[in-house]
Amino acid sequence: MSTSVEADVLSSQAASAIEPSHLPNETLTQMYRTMFLIRRVEESLLELAESGKIGGAMHTAIGHEGNAVGAAAALRREDYLTCTYRGHHHALARGMDPKQAIAEVLGRRDGFAKGKGGSMHFIQPELGLMGANGIVAAQVPHAAGMALAAKIRGEDRIAITFFGDGAMYQGVMHETFNMAQKWRLPIIFYCENNRYSEMTPISRTSSVRELYKFPQAYGMESLQIDGNDVEIVHAAVSQAAARARAGEGPTFIEGLTYRLAGHMAGDLETYRTPEEIDAQRAHEPLVVLQNRLLERGVDEKVLADIRAEVEEEVAAAVEFAQNSPWPDPAEAYTDVFAL
Amino acid sequence: MRKTTYIQAINEALREEMRRDESVFLIGEDVGHYGGLFRVTRNLLDEFGETRVIDTPISEQGFMGMAIGAAMVGMRPIVELMYMDFILVCADQVLNQGAKMHYMSGGLVKVPMVIRGQQGGGKRYGSQHSQCIDSLVAHFPGIKVVAPATPYDAKGLLISAIRDNNPVLYLEHKMLYFTRGELPDVGEEVIVPIGKADVKREGSDLTLVTFGYCLLQALEAAEELAEEHGIDIEVVDLRTIVPLDMETVLASVAKTGRLLAVHESQANCGIGGEIVARVYEEAPHLLQAPARRLGMAPVSIPVSQTLEEEILPWKRNIKAAVLEMWRQPVAA
Ligand SMILES: Cc1ncc(C[n+]2csc(CCOP(=O)(O)OP(=O)(O)O)c2C)c(N)n1
Repeated sequence: MSTSVEADVLSSQAASAIEPSHLPNETLTQMYRTMFLIRRVEESLLELAESGKIGGAMHTAIGHEGNAVGAAAALRREDYLTCTYRGHHHALARGMDPKQAIAEVLGRRDGFAKGKGGSMHFIQPELGLMGANGIVAAQVPHAAGMALAAKIRGEDRIAITFFGDGAMYQGVMHETFNMAQKWRLPIIFYCENNRYSEMTPISRTSSVRELYKFPQAYGMESLQIDGNDVEIVHAAVSQAAARARAGEGPTFIEGLTYRLAGHMAGDLETYRTPEEIDAQRAHEPLVVLQNRLLERGVDEKVLADIRAEVEEEVAAAVEFAQNSPWPDPAEAYTDVFAL
Repeated sequence: MRKTTYIQAINEALREEMRRDESVFLIGEDVGHYGGLFRVTRNLLDEFGETRVIDTPISEQGFMGMAIGAAMVGMRPIVELMYMDFILVCADQVLNQGAKMHYMSGGLVKVPMVIRGQQGGGKRYGSQHSQCIDSLVAHFPGIKVVAPATPYDAKGLLISAIRDNNPVLYLEHKMLYFTRGELPDVGEEVIVPIGKADVKREGSDLTLVTFGYCLLQALEAAEELAEEHGIDIEVVDLRTIVPLDMETVLASVAKTGRLLAVHESQANCGIGGEIVARVYEEAPHLLQAPARRLGMAPVSIPVSQTLEEEILPWKRNIKAAVLEMWRQPVAA
């Protein structure tokens, strides 16, 4: 048995023809900034983890940025979002302050959850960020419940939930597909298919390769797109959001993407070759967007300035987080029950 | 005052709270058109419609998770589990998700919801439809657990549970459904606070702490023990298992000097052991004899009537446990 995923499964050639959004250069440049910010935060976190400053499991989204940033730009701030333990990119794309994000991963007082949630439990309700989850697929029904709440109240809000290819095999996923479709809930199911669940390619475990075909069995609108192209993601999520707001029910989007770093900090990555990863770098989200911006006449100098600015911001955030005090021990006993 | 059944009391609380607060909704299997397998939610669909009384597919993880999500954004869902045994099917959502969300978020979100349904033996439903899960759930922080035994407490505690800002497991018992008791007239508010035990029978010789259907069994046992052996038992109805009202328990033990904790979930790792331990930790000097616990035997629940009666901590077993304590020497 080969240790790497077969080449055809790694293609970003997606099944659904979708007209990409043609976003204004200023918007795209802003998205580039956010994607680069995510990249640098994740890389900095990996460095902190390597130097032993982060305990537990930390999963970075290096290579996934296009999915998060394209979707965030297509949605409203009041729309609800849930995601997996691999959720830093969604939080930052929704506007979480990197200082609070990094401090939380380090378990410090200035983290958004005072150090009680950590890397796997990003949450910030004021940004519509309603929880990353440590249990594969558990966040999926939560988003459907938020969509149900919006529907009961007659609100114009929708929900989006992000999960990996591995989550497709959890029973609760299918329970939620069925109810969401039956009740025409305003929700978008977004699968970030990075071709691996932890260390195992789905080609080794799944009897169905094209994940977007699962929800079709429930009668759901379902697409497979290139998740590394932010304008395609934006277009697909915009269409799905419009359908949801119009009362036409859920949409499933399978975004083909690739995780350029290990599953978690410390992953030995014995299951894939450096060649496989290198081949993916040519079509990773930052490269795709950078080439697009240059093609559309944006000066490389503008992008270089953005990168320099982000470098400074992230360095300052890391510094801030490392200087943030540890939580008071008494904090361990609060928030068990809400008042 | 009037007499109603336990089922009627729950149904009234649901109706009144749904009228009072639009964010309250019901979700579960057969709760709408059929009115619940045990008819607890009957006629609610007529008044509140399908948006607020939702019949689900057989997807416990899915609809439990959806209720949690809805609660996180300010709704107050009430989830019916047809049999409490099925909580194990969606244990991740209840114990790993709903119960922990407030803590993991450092207090940023609340999960105000009620999970209700019936548990317990006595009807010969066998191992997967008869167990009591109170002790199991009580082990997890972040979820309150209540188990009312009378129509009055059923109505009052359900209203408190619905208004609470945390997940509350509200445990009914299948043997209680058709029992009757006094209830104030419709329109008069009935509120029983969560976390407050109630002395249901005063006595001077022994404190029997219990809840749920065991309360009725304990009260009968107490009457018979008084008559047959002259033993005067004080029966404390916990009503709430989490948080435990140790104050009431200790006040009673201070009076009687003896403690027996009784419940239908297993004695092994059960809440009775917790109560006994806390009395030893907090006020061992109050005890004139070793404190004891009585719960279900460490077996799965058998179907046969004689076998079920053998293992459930009901009247016969309660009386035996008390008499055994009585034969123990009393400390000086
Ligand atoms: C219920 C459950 N089972 C197993 C795990 C351990 N685990 C964490 S991530 C992961 C792989 C999930 O893969 P996928 O859904 O493709 O998402 P990805 O990590 O690739 O983003 C596993 C098995 C878990 N967290 N929860």
